[in-house]
Amino acid sequence: MTQRFRLASGGLVDRSRPCAFSFDGRDLQGYAGDTLASALLANGVHLVGRSFKYHRRRGIFGAGAEEPNALVQLETGARTEPNTRATQIELYDGLTAASQNRWPTLDRDAGAIYNVFSRLLPAGFYYKTFMWPRSWWLRYEHVIRHAAGMGQSPRAPDPDHYAHRHAHCDVLVAGGGPAGLTAALAAARTGARVIVANDDFEWGGALLREAVEVDGRPGLEWIRNAVAELATYPDVTLLARSTVFGYFDHNLLGVVQAVHPRASHAPRQRLWKVRAKQVVLAGGAIERPLVFADNDLPGVMLASAVSTYVNRYGVAPGQRAVVFANNDSAYATALDLHRAGVVIAAVVDPRLDPKGELPTSARAAGIEILAGHAVARARGGKHVESVLAGPVDNGFVGAAQRELACDLLCVSGGWSPAVHLFSQSKGRLRYDERITAFVPDVSAQAERSAGAARGLFSLNRCLADGAEAGAAAAEAAGCRRISAAVPAALEVADDPMLPLWDIQSDATRTSKRFVDLQNDVTARDVALGVREGYRSVEHLKRYTTLGMGTDQGKTSNINGLAILAALIDAQIPDVGTTTFRPPYTAVTLGAIAGPEIGAHFDPVRLSPMHDTHEVAGARFINAGLWRRPMVYPRAGESDPDATNREVLAVRRKAGIVDVSTLGKIDVQGRDAATFLERVYVNRWRNLAVGKARYGLMLREDGLIFDDGTTTRIGEDRFHMTTTTANAGRVMSHLEYYLQVHWPELDVRLTSVSDHWAAVALAGPESRNVLAALTMADVGTAALPYMGYCEAIIAGVPARIFRISFSGELAYEINVPADYGAALWNALLDAGRAYELGVYGTEAMGVLRIEKGHIAGMEIDGRTTPDDVGLGGMVAADKDCIGKPLLARPALRAEDRKQLVGLVPVDGRSAIPKGAQLVVDPQRAAPNPIIGHVTSTCYSPTLIRPIALALLQRGRARHGEKLYATSPLSNTVVHVEVVPHVFYDPKGERLRA
Amino acid sequence: MLSIPCPYCGPRDVTEFSYGGDGNVRPPTGPDAASEAAWSAYVYLRANPRGVHEELWQHSAGCRRWIRVTRNTLTHEMHGSAPARASAAAS
Repeated sequence: MTQRFRLASGGLVDRSRPCAFSFDGRDLQGYAGDTLASALLANGVHLVGRSFKYHRRRGIFGAGAEEPNALVQLETGARTEPNTRATQIELYDGLTAASQNRWPTLDRDAGAIYNVFSRLLPAGFYYKTFMWPRSWWLRYEHVIRHAAGMGQSPRAPDPDHYAHRHAHCDVLVAGGGPAGLTAALAAARTGARVIVANDDFEWGGALLREAVEVDGRPGLEWIRNAVAELATYPDVTLLARSTVFGYFDHNLLGVVQAVHPRASHAPRQRLWKVRAKQVVLAGGAIERPLVFADNDLPGVMLASAVSTYVNRYGVAPGQRAVVFANNDSAYATALDLHRAGVVIAAVVDPRLDPKGELPTSARAAGIEILAGHAVARARGGKHVESVLAGPVDNGFVGAAQRELACDLLCVSGGWSPAVHLFSQSKGRLRYDERITAFVPDVSAQAERSAGAARGLFSLNRCLADGAEAGAAAAEAAGCRRISAAVPAALEVADDPMLPLWDIQSDATRTSKRFVDLQNDVTARDVALGVREGYRSVEHLKRYTTLGMGTDQGKTSNINGLAILAALIDAQIPDVGTTTFRPPYTAVTLGAIAGPEIGAHFDPVRLSPMHDTHEVAGARFINAGLWRRPMVYPRAGESDPDATNREVLAVRRKAGIVDVSTLGKIDVQGRDAATFLERVYVNRWRNLAVGKARYGLMLREDGLIFDDGTTTRIGEDRFHMTTTTANAGRVMSHLEYYLQVHWPELDVRLTSVSDHWAAVALAGPESRNVLAALTMADVGTAALPYMGYCEAIIAGVPARIFRISFSGELAYEINVPADYGAALWNALLDAGRAYELGVYGTEAMGVLRIEKGHIAGMEIDGRTTPDDVGLGGMVAADKDCIGKPLLARPALRAEDRKQLVGLVPVDGRSAIPKGAQLVVDPQRAAPNPIIGHVTSTCYSPTLIRPIALALLQRGRARHGEKLYATSPLSNTVVHVEVVPHVFYDPKGERLRA
Repeated sequence: MLSIPCPYCGPRDVTEFSYGGDGNVRPPTGPDAASEAAWSAYVYLRANPRGVHEELWQHSAGCRRWIRVTRNTLTHEMHGSAPARASAAAS
């Protein structure tokens, strides 16, 4: 395999390590040290994609993060990644990539038809055309979306893994070029903890493309030494292949690190969240293109990119080049090409008399300079073949034009400092007339920019500026500044640049002069947007999509602003820039998600008896973070049948359910009873030691917050329980009042939810089961309903609460969590003689609906104690949280919804979940809704469906017949309103 | 991501904290204690200042203390923090 465009020598590629790769099915070869882009160019492949909108041929344009065109689909199958920049993909053996947005092939792309009909697709076309008939939009959209293309996302789960890392440092340096490296060295020498992130796999930044010397030695040698010295400091972390993509509040920076593609077992990418005391932004500058007709032809490239390919990769991207530049820096490219043996047809420069050092050297090398000229058009079918250049006056090229044959056109419209991270940090920009670009002005966070990132384009000044920034940053982070020699380079005298924005000629007025290559936005689109009134830069951006591609307008930003400014007769600084937002370059969702996927997405809480439930064949349900047994079906048994069996076992014999998930709070202190009186609506001072009481908590607005049983286990000690769902919120709520409003109370709160395993033992046989396991007297005299005692059960110290959620004689037994499974098994063993069963949350729900107990569906944040029939609990003679607003007229209104029971009139029809209650289901909308079903189930005890509902004036409606309608399931059930306690309304069973 | 200075633990990421709202609201006392309007204002009305704001946070994934943080809502600049308790007792 030949690499026709590879130079005989030079560059940082390792010619002893060839890498085979494939692009669009062609087998090619490059070298270790190549990027995909340099390897393609070495093989003469420029054409890498079709443009977003017009499907025009596009070639490799840049050499780094700024690349707008060379977006490729990397790899295939589950590992495929769309829209990756070929200019940043480190080549490895076996790499596979494909071009995007073309069909059937890149060279013969059917979508190229859009270029022919481009007049139908002006800026904002999606607001104007394809609007009729309206109903057809979905069909248009399908075609448009298919045509406007980026890559394909993978269909299969990502087989790779990703890591997250949190780090702290004194100084984070973003950038591994001359300014970044001198900054890192200066900071490291003070002993500071330094992290240096470089988005490239090679250190050196701009030095990699420039044939220059530092301290009289080759630049590459200086880089090697600088990196070697940094590696000797134990507190310096060198991160190559690592892009600082976001600058967030309080000096938190996001860095995405690509692990070397060949590293096995390593995560594919690592996301660093770095909290830095000080930050040095040394991300360099981005070269701007020039805007002229057909400036998007393959073979048109940024001058700096061409230098990179020649000097760093040893690749000549053409054989005969024209350089078109309005500044001195591109003359270095002309000289680089010249040295590499590439013919320079001419340097086209709009300045009348360029006489800086580089132009002078070029002239001395025999390179023709067309001063006062500009390129009006690039010509060529599939690739640039020639350019038309002529004398230029104020951006207009006259009719006298010369055609210069070439296969490479290097363009440079000046340089824009990469102010992205600075702007993300909320720093304020300033327009610098000298370089026609925005530069950092006023910092908002603890950062400073250095080198080209703040508009210093001379290597010598970058080195000095970086050293000063690094030393100052370390000092600001609390390290002692030390003096050290600053590396130096030769100053190169240069002439000022000449701004040149939209280059027109008579023949190219209607031609496409691209401003944004990635999103296919032309100078005419900008003009159209302005004509249609989009004069604000933010509006223009969204209307024309200028700068909205994955490159976020890295190369197009300033040109677009300048063209807009000229059109509205304003100055560039008055137009301003659009907002820079993270990320600087795209970050994969995999890196953002990191390891927190699948089973690690959320923590899982398991009860101490979880394994026992699994062995028993439980089907689990997620309750918040908890996995709770829902039902324990036997072989061949349906879930509803199993639930009914579990319910009946409790009603007839006995059953146990795991209630370890309930929130448990240990409340201690001299003022514990006072505290409870303030947080619950009912009284607590008068609760005797050894007694439990049901409590109701309100929010400050008077609505029910939570409920649960709280037991006085000592004079100054209470055991509070909360609902499973609100355990955390209740704890936080109690801590809030104690710490913020009542610091004078002597109360200590401890969450003990995880310390106690809890089992509810319920049913008429439950006392017999319990008695079989303990010597303690659990008779109803010693342990009456709502009583409490401590006892040894099955050899384990236990707390026994005689409380009941099921309506049966019942006990809630708490043991230290590690004894949970032992208690559970002991209960099963002892219960065998009494036909004790186990039951899950479904049966527990049925039991409580039969009994008319409220749960989360009834206390949904909209109900008052009176609404759910517990108005009598609110003690009249004391204050509590929520009581003042409970007296509001709206919460006392007569037509409030009240808790009722419902039964189907036919005794058979299930009452649909979430059904709305109406008087007449036939009535046309709006049909007044007077209530809604909150909880519904089939009651095996009563052998019919039952439900709880909240119904306007419900307590006065017992006996009325209404309709429960559920438009979701298209069902209407005729129901009768009944009292909400279906089972044992007198409470005889639970007191037995 | 904000860094919140916990007076007990030092600066910590905001992800360790829960927001507790305006730190200056107090339940009505004295003659206002019986005023429905005063209670309504206490529960529902909040200023939304552009600039310095004293607010409560709980270091819920840390020391569990409620703290009083002075933050600039515009710039996120932190002007310090104190135990919520100390201020409450002083007021």
